Amino acid sequence: MQEVVLAQAVSLAPRSYAPILVLILLVMALVAGILILTHVLGPKRHGRVKDDTYEAGMPPVGDARRRFKVQFYIVAMLFLLFDVEVVFMWPWAPLFHHTSVTGQALPGGFDKTFLLVEMAVFLAILLVGYVYAWKKGVFRWN
Amino acid sequence: MYEFFTHQFGFSILLMAVLLGIIMTAVAYCILLERKVAAWVQDRIGPNRAGPFGLLQPLADGVKFLLKEDIISRNVDKPLFVLAPAIAFTVALIGFAVIPWAGQVRLGGNLLEVQVASIDVGLLYLLAVGSLAVYGVVLGGWASNNKYSFYGAMRATAQMLSYEIPLGLAILVVVLTTGQLRLENIVAWQIDPAAGGVWNLLLHPLAFVLMLITVFAEANRLPFDLAEAEQELIGGYQTEYSAMKMGLFYLGEYAHMITSSAFIAVLFLGGWELFPGSGRLGWGWIDWLNTSPSIAAMLLRFAIMAGKIFFFIFFFMWVRWTIPRFRFDQLMRLAWRGMVPMGLGLVALTGLLVYRGQPATFWAPVGNLIIVAVIMLWQVVRKPTVTGRQTHLPPVTGFAGTR
Repeated sequence: MQEVVLAQAVSLAPRSYAPILVLILLVMALVAGILILTHVLGPKRHGRVKDDTYEAGMPPVGDARRRFKVQFYIVAMLFLLFDVEVVFMWPWAPLFHHTSVTGQALPGGFDKTFLLVEMAVFLAILLVGYVYAWKKGVFRWN
Repeated sequence: MYEFFTHQFGFSILLMAVLLGIIMTAVAYCILLERKVAAWVQDRIGPNRAGPFGLLQPLADGVKFLLKEDIISRNVDKPLFVLAPAIAFTVALIGFAVIPWAGQVRLGGNLLEVQVASIDVGLLYLLAVGSLAVYGVVLGGWASNNKYSFYGAMRATAQMLSYEIPLGLAILVVVLTTGQLRLENIVAWQIDPAAGGVWNLLLHPLAFVLMLITVFAEANRLPFDLAEAEQELIGGYQTEYSAMKMGLFYLGEYAHMITSSAFIAVLFLGGWELFPGSGRLGWGWIDWLNTSPSIAAMLLRFAIMAGKIFFFIFFFMWVRWTIPRFRFDQLMRLAWRGMVPMGLGLVALTGLLVYRGQPATFWAPVGNLIIVAVIMLWQVVRKPTVTGRQTHLPPVTGFAGTR
């Protein structure tokens, strides 16, 4: 296997990000225009009942921001754990591919075996947490 | 002025304007197509009053959205309430910037990338923008101060967070196989026989399936539309929205579908390649189609890419009107107990293949099959899980009851 010869027209230059900035500004202007337009064009007729919160036709009871199931919170914590794990693996993946396919070690003598074992240890630690969460019934919603 | 458009930046701006126009029109017609597909599935005619075959319907819808009253209920958190649809629409429309549409083109002597922004971490940019989509939903539900909206938003958050992890793992399989974070290089890897020369779909069909399912979940489409399950939650996080604010949520959803379809086509279906392995044949016209920088070849490549995107959009609609909705506990179980272990297994398999220096051998699909077989075996052998209402039913025995 040889390295891929690929086009490098615009490389690390920060100006390759400039079109994204232009696009974001353009879309934000578009959204602002649409929101203003719909606010100006539509009729405005207020009423005591009409301006109330919609609750299927019944008079609304209390505030909507009440206590909710704690499992949503646990899912958010697990997401942080696993998403950070995956984020760590993205920069690792191209380096590992490079060292394995070309057979060259990275500067500092880190070869493919080192990279594989390193990631295996990292994953094993996370897997312990995953199995623990499974056994604790975190993934069981009733 | 012509000189400006032959530089990459000027060409990017031109392309951005063209694509924004195409995507806005496509989004409007996607809504018409959705209603037509729904009608065909349910043996109806569908919209046919505005123009021939209802083709002017998007225009009528747009005008109606704009002219309706923009109700802001008294109890809402006003700044966030206005901001939420704006965020949903904006993040859906900025994702397409890094999608490579048709390779390279020669204009006025310069070789240009047919891509709005050709950046080193295109894949990471697309994922980052994709995960921002959850903010529109959460802020909309929270700011509405409505119980339906609130529960819709809570469900949507948990769902989008949970499915982000299998999505990340499925994409990681592609990154490991190709060794690239640039989307145009991932396409080039799938076309070039010297590098891989095979679609990732054929190497890792399981990763493709995982990615397809997570994209349904991230876009809040049926069977994963618990955030707006109308029988339970009226309109979910959209309940309090009216006029074009609601329209923005809709447009954002379809724009998100278009970008996700393009993303799948780039990662797994060789982007603008006509059929897998075409680079190996050595046919003149195929090589011309795959790599020629002429304008004609570029337009043909763009058409192939658009065809793949259209197929996925049609598939999304087809599934929406065919399959019923999940229950919430099934949804979470699928993500955490089904797809996360499958994704981890796939990453381990791909890691070992890469370690041997051969990420693109027949061992990749064989390994995929082994993972699927192991999981099916485990499903047959283990005790059936009894949850919810089923606890009150008599136990089912035999093979059919073994889930």
